[in-house]
Amino acid sequence: MSSATATSPVTNAFAASRLPRFSTLWILLASLAVSGVVVGLVTMAGDAEFNVGLAVFFGAVIFAVANYVISLLVEGSRRAADRLVTTLVVAAFTVAMIPLVSLVYTVVVMGSGRIDWDFFTLSMRNVLGEGGGAAHAIVGTLLMTGLATVISVPIGLLTSIYLVEYGRGRLAQAITFFVDVMTGIPSIVAGLFAFALFELILGPGTRVGLSGAIALTVLMLPVVVRSSEEILRLVPNELREASYALGVPKWLTILKVVIPTSIAGISTGVMLSIARVIGETAPLLIAAGFSNNFNYDLTEGRMQSLPVYVYYSYISQGTDFAPYIERAWAGALTLIAIVMILNLIARLVARIFAPKLGR
Amino acid sequence: MSSPAAKLRPKSAQRPGDRVFSASALTAGSLILAILAAVAGFLILEGIPGVLADPNDVSIFDDGVDFVSFVIPLIFGTLWAAALALVMAMPVALGIALFISHYAPRKLAAGLGYTIDLLAAVPSVVFGLWGANVLAPMIQPAYTWLAENLGFIPLFAGPASGTGRTILTAAIVLAVMVLPIITAISREVFLQTPRLYEEAALALGATRWEVIRTVVLPFGRPGVISGAMLGLGRALGETMAVAMVLSGSGIINFDLISSVNPTTIAANVALRFPEAYGINVNVLIATGLILFAITLVVNSIARYIVNRRKEFSGAN
Repeated sequence: MSSATATSPVTNAFAASRLPRFSTLWILLASLAVSGVVVGLVTMAGDAEFNVGLAVFFGAVIFAVANYVISLLVEGSRRAADRLVTTLVVAAFTVAMIPLVSLVYTVVVMGSGRIDWDFFTLSMRNVLGEGGGAAHAIVGTLLMTGLATVISVPIGLLTSIYLVEYGRGRLAQAITFFVDVMTGIPSIVAGLFAFALFELILGPGTRVGLSGAIALTVLMLPVVVRSSEEILRLVPNELREASYALGVPKWLTILKVVIPTSIAGISTGVMLSIARVIGETAPLLIAAGFSNNFNYDLTEGRMQSLPVYVYYSYISQGTDFAPYIERAWAGALTLIAIVMILNLIARLVARIFAPKLGR
Repeated sequence: MSSPAAKLRPKSAQRPGDRVFSASALTAGSLILAILAAVAGFLILEGIPGVLADPNDVSIFDDGVDFVSFVIPLIFGTLWAAALALVMAMPVALGIALFISHYAPRKLAAGLGYTIDLLAAVPSVVFGLWGANVLAPMIQPAYTWLAENLGFIPLFAGPASGTGRTILTAAIVLAVMVLPIITAISREVFLQTPRLYEEAALALGATRWEVIRTVVLPFGRPGVISGAMLGLGRALGETMAVAMVLSGSGIINFDLISSVNPTTIAANVALRFPEAYGINVNVLIATGLILFAITLVVNSIARYIVNRRKEFSGAN
């Protein structure tokens, strides 16, 4: 909010007693310099290494205080408070960027070491120490997420159609509320549910891919319902009414008018929901278990998945732990890449095929 | 739009396609309710034997521990970690939301919002890996410093953990994970502040901070509260980040930086379940049921607050 009227030749009550335009920048640079010198001197005295993070941190603190005090003296308390809050808000954003940048950087640097042909073609069967891959985990992730998608998309889409096109009264309200409740189910509880279900049906300790897929379905359904519901509500009523006026039955109107209009948004929602569940670890750990081998059968035997692969590579490191850690990071990189690609495609689809609602 | 006409209009003929379609839509909707009921039902069915089990049969109980004294430290750890995470995430999330809605240049705002949303897309196991391998060693010197200089505060009593893998580290990771949820909802309500109110405040000579304090924050308070509750719900149920960062035990301890830490229900289940057998499984499922109940209450309150404001739809 540094005013442009500061340069006005006429003395202006609103522009009087304001700091010059670039004062903030100079105060910032000065604070960083002071902090750099102080931290440098202290670390030199203590024979430690110069800590850039510490210098920037103290620089930011000095800046916040100096900016506030200078503004308080020149501009008064109200503008000083405004400047202080601006500093804090920008600082909050910067602080939030640190973990994101650090995480992406670490995953890329540590993970790229094992991104090779073997990693995507081999399983961990009979592997101790170096070598091995995550192909069995990728297969398992694709199978289980795929089955969860196949189950939850029709149910979720039909539910959202019910809520938007048919549902009135108590039942619709109940469904809306419980879909919201379902959104908040902790992922591990979904895993425990699937495990309990299969234990009662197939006997104690049953861990199969199907069970993992059921757990993922519980997590995925509410996301699909909510996103498709929101999209279906965006379809203009005029389109439905025009279709009814032509004598088209309601179900054909929904199939041929409502859904084609919103198909881009629906597929975006589906992809985002896949992106959400593909990284779930806890439910698969509980329900589908852990395996070192390829398993293409969802109904028989434990099934490995990429997130569980990352987890196990990390917690059960062998005596020679470096290859395990490398595989964990490579798995993490693969996982992040899949999620990001799904997100990107979803957003592209939404942008390219967005219905043109304007006239 | 069609409601007044609908009353006058004669009922249209029901075609077979219509019947099939509306019936299947109804079935799908009811199926959701059935699934949720099944989740609660099967957890209760499998959990009850764990609650009622003779403590001597349960091998994961230490001597003299029964179900209640087993689960109370876990509940404490769950609430404690989530509360710490929320305390850290809340101010930062509000700052980010304000930055995107009111401070950042308009052209950048959407992109910056997307960047924060990316944090939500990172799988939790990757957060766990990062927390244990990057954050913990990085932050460990700070813990040593805290124990030496602020040790008189019970929270920092120490002795500082040598690995940095403490409840505070886990809470920081949790805070990063709930940040995008709280930010997304707060940002949405801040952007919905009536433009005229803001302009009126500006016309009265308010600075940007005064506009935010007097108009934006009061208007957005319900949204911010529900965002915080949803964030809390996520933090309570988050498993992998805690399980990978923390080597906790079933104790109640308020020390943030020592190597003796409480653990959470979810992390405890994740760590013990793969090797559990017999009645232990039922005990762990029973703790999961308690977690389910806690998050259900928290989320219902959040949804209730959101739903009171009908015009507000940015809840997800």
